[in-house]
Amino acid sequence: MDKIQKDLLKQVADLHKIPAGAYNIRANGKMAGRNTTANIDIVAKEDKQGIDIIIKPGTKNESVHIPVILSESGYQEMVYNDFYIGEDCDVTIIAGCGIHNCGVDTSKHDGIHTFYVGKNARVRYVEKHYGEGDGNGENIMNPMTVVYCEENAHLEMETTQIKGIDSTNRITKGELKAGASLEVHEKIMTHGRQYARTEFEVDLNGENCSANVISRSVSRGSSKQEFFSKINGNAACAGHSECDAIIMDNSCVTASPQLTANHIDAGLIHEAAIGKIAGEQLIKLMTLGLTEQEAEQQIINGFLK
Amino acid sequence: MLELRNISYEVEEGQESREILKHINLVIDDHFVAITGPNGGGKSTLAKLIAGILKPSEGQILLDGVDITGMDITERARQGISYAFQQPVHFKGLTVKDLISLAAGRTMMVSEICDVLSEVGLCAKEYIDREINGSLSGGELKRIEIAMITARGTKLSIFDEPEAGIDLWSFKSLIRVFEKMREEINGTILIISHQERILNVADKIVLVTDGTIAAVGSKEEVMPKLWLTEAACRTLMEKAE
Repeated sequence: MDKIQKDLLKQVADLHKIPAGAYNIRANGKMAGRNTTANIDIVAKEDKQGIDIIIKPGTKNESVHIPVILSESGYQEMVYNDFYIGEDCDVTIIAGCGIHNCGVDTSKHDGIHTFYVGKNARVRYVEKHYGEGDGNGENIMNPMTVVYCEENAHLEMETTQIKGIDSTNRITKGELKAGASLEVHEKIMTHGRQYARTEFEVDLNGENCSANVISRSVSRGSSKQEFFSKINGNAACAGHSECDAIIMDNSCVTASPQLTANHIDAGLIHEAAIGKIAGEQLIKLMTLGLTEQEAEQQIINGFLK
Repeated sequence: MLELRNISYEVEEGQESREILKHINLVIDDHFVAITGPNGGGKSTLAKLIAGILKPSEGQILLDGVDITGMDITERARQGISYAFQQPVHFKGLTVKDLISLAAGRTMMVSEICDVLSEVGLCAKEYIDREINGSLSGGELKRIEIAMITARGTKLSIFDEPEAGIDLWSFKSLIRVFEKMREEINGTILIISHQERILNVADKIVLVTDGTIAAVGSKEEVMPKLWLTEAACRTLMEKAE
């Protein structure tokens, strides 16, 4: 693995060296490393690109790293990764994709991650998307995440895209059975002429299941962001979504929440706020000795922390 | 030493301009100075002019002999002016620890932040990682605002109505914070207040009414004049009715 690939791994998965536990590293469409454990198996798909990650019931405190890196300009791929998480598991899954494009062609990674979360299992899923490169080629990523939570299962997803992705269409879907819960924290920053579209659709099907979708974003330059969320309450359940955006320069942000209650005891809430950095926030930090630019940076860093 | 020379501040209201402050001349060289006077008299405007948040229409502001009139907020902060807002600002994502460290201008150890927070009566363990947002009460936000000023430890600290927006019980303990600060802080504390207990500990009281300085002196000298101001009379008349 060369230095560029190592740097990408560091950016998307905080990996400085080979991780402990199970992992699968995919570099320019090929397997660059894999490790399985007694409880976590990783198997390549035979009919299409991608892997199956199978976690035995009752696996606790184990982690799986499955980073993807693209460093050949113009490389394009479509990958399917399926996660089978057994009952009563408590695991962390770290995914992420990094693109380094120093050419003129478009590099593109489309990935569909499907999670089958067994009864009473708890999953923390972290994904980070990052692009870099000094060429004119575009970096495109279209991640799709589909979550099926069995009874009392819990999945917590942290998804981050801070830099370097020219175009993205991020889709997250969830179906929850009784007592299950889904928590999503999304952080996005766009700049230049980038475009980011993010779409959530959650079906709350079982009694006392819940979903909490929180998106924080900063749009700079002439970038464009669109946020769509649909929460369907089909049982006695609780759904909450929140879209909070800081708009800067000549950028454009759309927030389009949709709530549908199909049950009398479905409690659904949406909060959306779009606005520039408040003048008084800048003034407060300037009275502490920061310049206007430093104050702006601190406010953005805090907001996307 | 802070010196205001012939400071005026005008605002445009439609076609007309209105003078909020009129030719103010003031020298502040005491340790603990209170500015008081009726609402709408120009006290907060005066504080904002000193901090650089507003620019005077005319006049000069000098800090230790240096003309700071043309300096922006950041430059004045670096010259040694701190300003505690009347209504603390909320920040999504920034924590108490973040703001105290920014105020101090360096990364602070947890124990140092604990010291600063305990000075204003907050238990660091409970607050250090809290976000500066609406989940904190008015009294808590005020204390954090004050803690930022003490973390800076500058030669001039301005507090704009620390009692505003907090309940009586919080205020009683806040008074003790200022009494302690009076003992411990070097430099000048300039505090805008209506509260008698604050005025009691001031070395000097400045009475601002209708955009002018009506009196400067000890409490005994200034307070009788406050009751004679038109605005005070009006308030008393309204209460009587």
